[in-house]
Amino acid sequence: MEIICLGLNHQTAPVELREKFAVPDADLAGAAQEVARRQGLGESVIVSTCNRVEFYAVADHAANGLAELGAHLRQRAGEHHYDPSAFYMHRASDSVRHLFRVVSGLDSMVVGETEISGQVKKAYRVAAEAGSTGPHLNRLFQRAFRVAKEVRSNTAITRGPTSVAAAGVELAERIFGGLGQCAIQILGAGEIGEQTARALWSRGVRTLFVANRSHERAVALAEAIGGKAVRFETWTEGFDGIDILICSTAAPHFVLTREQLVPLMGRRIDRPLFVIDLAVPRDVEPSVNDLDGVYLYDIDSLQAIIQLSIEARRRELALCDDIIGRHVAEFVEWIERGSRDAGERRPLSRP
Amino acid sequence: MQQIALALAGGCFLFVFARTMYALGAGRHRRSPANFAVMCAGFCLQTAYLYMRGRTDGRCPTGTFSDMLVFLAWSMVFLYLVIGTTYRLSLLGAFTAPFVLVFQIVASVLHGPERPALPRSPGPFVEFHGAVSMVAYGAFALSCVAGVMFLLHERQLKRRTLHPLFDRLPPISDLVVAIRRLIVTGLALLTAGIASGFLAGSPPAKLAVTAVVWAIYACILLAVQRRRLSARRVAGLAVIAFVLALMALLGIGVFGHQTL
Repeated sequence: MEIICLGLNHQTAPVELREKFAVPDADLAGAAQEVARRQGLGESVIVSTCNRVEFYAVADHAANGLAELGAHLRQRAGEHHYDPSAFYMHRASDSVRHLFRVVSGLDSMVVGETEISGQVKKAYRVAAEAGSTGPHLNRLFQRAFRVAKEVRSNTAITRGPTSVAAAGVELAERIFGGLGQCAIQILGAGEIGEQTARALWSRGVRTLFVANRSHERAVALAEAIGGKAVRFETWTEGFDGIDILICSTAAPHFVLTREQLVPLMGRRIDRPLFVIDLAVPRDVEPSVNDLDGVYLYDIDSLQAIIQLSIEARRRELALCDDIIGRHVAEFVEWIERGSRDAGERRPLSRP
Repeated sequence: MQQIALALAGGCFLFVFARTMYALGAGRHRRSPANFAVMCAGFCLQTAYLYMRGRTDGRCPTGTFSDMLVFLAWSMVFLYLVIGTTYRLSLLGAFTAPFVLVFQIVASVLHGPERPALPRSPGPFVEFHGAVSMVAYGAFALSCVAGVMFLLHERQLKRRTLHPLFDRLPPISDLVVAIRRLIVTGLALLTAGIASGFLAGSPPAKLAVTAVVWAIYACILLAVQRRRLSARRVAGLAVIAFVLALMALLGIGVFGHQTL
């Protein structure tokens, strides 16, 4: 008996193909049961996310099991959609290693992201509740979650921001610590600005003000996020209470200059101001960063931080693979010991 | 035996510093109970040293500049163990450790084979004055450490180059709060120290030097309370003021014991 995996992901197939094989949440349990009932297959878990669709199963013989999985996919998506070159097939220790890497976020589009761990947990829970898992996949997936935890705890694979919004949040926390007492002012209603504001808002900032040349847009955005709209012409009136300023207007010139900011900062010299300028052309004169207590980050400096953390994560891959390699060896040993002890008495396929 | 205890304490602080820097460099630093335990062990060894020194001299071990430095180092660790854990200031211990180590090394170098003859206990007020003033200097020293941490972190933020070595520094706003609280603590203790010194009839020159240190910190605190200083200036002043305080301590240490 062997653990096998058949799947496709963002590296092997475009979204047009991935979506043909995606399994909706409502169908996950039924599909897993269906796979587990196929000839030569004993247990199964299906992981289906926006970036990957993967079938894990326990098979009497790997080659036959993979052929059965292929047949299942052909039935599901239609013969003409099934392109074997878009799929990867793993067997035995390679399947185990692949799952451990997936759950640890090493196989993700953004290396080290942690969302996949939750998605796989959910897929496993659905399969377990549907009765399509058994001793092998139960042990495999539980070990995978343990491996992911160890990888995250003992390496820097999840460290550093990988999006503009996350970079904004991290920098804000470096300046203010907890964001519970912070107030945000958004200038402009750009999409990235909104995302960044939402990310900060989710960290529990106290107040959020939105100002836009079109006041109606400001009102709409403020209502969507849960903040308050203020007139663009008068936004500086509340400046003393602002901690984070997010600029993303479409103005062709600076909307905030050093000359404007000097007197404003003079009124609140002991209170730092974090300025996130996401506009192109830029909204804020770069020299404001030289003022005491002002921390200005434009889109390029945020991108540079993101790039650094992605590179740092990539440098951690070898260390992560070492941890995973150790767990794979232990798991394979457990499987082999179990097979020896059972003396092939235990049937792998369900009756 | 005394020097062994001091050397072992220094080893503990060196261990904390080196271990933290290594973990930071590798990007794998996490708040560790091991570091805290080693800091506690170092503190116990320092306490043992000061106890033995006190027994030998028959007085509070603040009679020479060398003794003062060890007492100052002890005060820093004591306050770190109280404040660092209370405010959960990440890395404060790791940044305190090298300062403590340097003070102890300088104290050992200055210690020398022959100690000046010191009078036995000069009375409870003088003993209290010496001890409480040194704890006040410890608070100022820790505010200086927090100031250094602030300046390093702020520089990173301004330059937009977030080096992993400084990845786990506390938020700059928390550091400013810590600096302010440490200065308040130091000032309160130094006020008590000056009052007890005055009551004990300490030499006027020594009291005057201490009063100058008090005045410097009082001015900083006043400016902070009146919101006249940016956070960066508060941090910079905390560092400069402690350098001045240390020079004052040197003056008191070199000339003070002759007049006690």
